[in-house]
Order: sequence, then C-alpha cells, then structure tokens
Amino acid sequence: MSVRVSTADFDVSEEMNRLTAGNTEIGGVALFAGKVRGDVNGEALTSMTLEHYPGMTEAELERIEGEAQRRFELSTSLIIHRVGELKPGDNIVLVITCAPHRKHAFAAAEFLMDYLKMYAPFWKKETFASGATRWVDARESDDEAAAAWAAYSE
Amino acid sequence: MTEKPNTEKPGAGEIVLRYFAWLRERTGVSEERLTLPPGILTVGDLLLWQSQRGHPFDQAFAKPEAIRVAINHTHAKPAASIASAREIAFFPPVTGG
Repeated sequence: MSVRVSTADFDVSEEMNRLTAGNTEIGGVALFAGKVRGDVNGEALTSMTLEHYPGMTEAELERIEGEAQRRFELSTSLIIHRVGELKPGDNIVLVITCAPHRKHAFAAAEFLMDYLKMYAPFWKKETFASGATRWVDARESDDEAAAAWAAYSE
Repeated sequence: MTEKPNTEKPGAGEIVLRYFAWLRERTGVSEERLTLPPGILTVGDLLLWQSQRGHPFDQAFAKPEAIRVAINHTHAKPAASIASAREIAFFPPVTGG
C-alpha cells in the first residue's frame, strides 16, 4: 500500500516487480496507466501541466487506497501520479492492484481510478499549438462513476 | 515533487487561505494569512464573503457552485463549520487521473 506524487516518470514493469516481490499470496495483478493524449477535440496539444495540493494530495490518495482495501480483497496496491509539465505520450498516472484473485484486482483498479478522478486534488492545464491555454473542466461522468461506487456494496 | 511543508504557524485568530488552478490565477494569490471578520461560521459563509470582498475576489468567486473547498486537507461541504480550520483551500473541481 503506497502512494507517490512525483515529477519523475515511472517504469511499469519495475514498479510491478517491486510491489509483488516476495508476496506469494498474489494471484493476479491489474494495472492502469493514464497517458497524455496528443489532441483534444481535433486541437493539437503541446503540453499538459498538472498542479496539485501538496499534503492534501497524499492524504486523499491514502484515504482512497484505504477505502479500496476495505472494499476488496487486496494483497497490496500502488498509486503513482505525476505533476508538472508533461508532453503528449507521457505517462500521467499508474495504479497497480494485487489480489489473490483477478476479480478483486480488476475491480479495485477501476475503483481507485474513479475515486482518484473525483477526490484527489490535481488540476490539468492544457497548452495548445496555437499558444492558447485552458484548464480542463471536470466531467460529470467522473462524478457519476464515483457515485456509482458509493452505492455499490461489496 | 518535493514541497516544503508549511512550517510558519498562523498567529492567534489567523487562518491560512490557499488557492489553486484558475482560482489562484484569477485572484493572483496562492496563499494568504488573515483573520476573518466575525460571523463567518461555515464554508458557505466564507464563499459568500469572498464573493463580496472586492476585486479580484468578487469575480473569481462569482459562481460559488463551481468552487470546491477543503478544510485542513479534507473536502468540506458548504454547510461545514470552519471552527477548527487552520488552513482552508479553494479550488475548481479536480481533474486528475
């Protein structure tokens, strides 16, 4: 169980190997990696800058991880979220969930991403080839996904 | 990113207000320490006060329903009391992931 907020990139395979090393209870590992898309509704993106709220970000990610631990049979998990200026194709976020059985690993990974998008204090600002900048708007569908989990009893 | 913790404690009655994303840009302030006027008891009261505070806060807080608030690093609803608040943050809905 750990969270990390960093400007540095991550290596998915290295992170998975470190997380699972020596833990033979684990039967399944689910991974989600989020990346920067190169265009937004047909407009070419040159960079995406991620701002966050140091202190609260870590506290929220740990709270969300604890909630996943209560809801699912997890052996361990990891959340990495990058901040600072990122380019198209760069990694943004990594969630790894490890469980004795795959269903809990899959479900917990989806749960962690839905809750992270709803509660973790990160904000994305897009910079376009035209020079224009725009703060990304929160999508209602993200709130709906988190609300669906709130109603889901496992 | 390594951030240095806020080691400077606010004085008696003082509170730290923090602003993020477009709220930081529109107010031109990332952090301030001040003593709130009496009568501000809830997050809702505080949002109303911000919207009546004058330029540039009045414009930044013109649509309080678009603003989220955290007290001492925890999300807080408009009805929440600010009695125990040492640090209150204002920000748009989050867009991580």
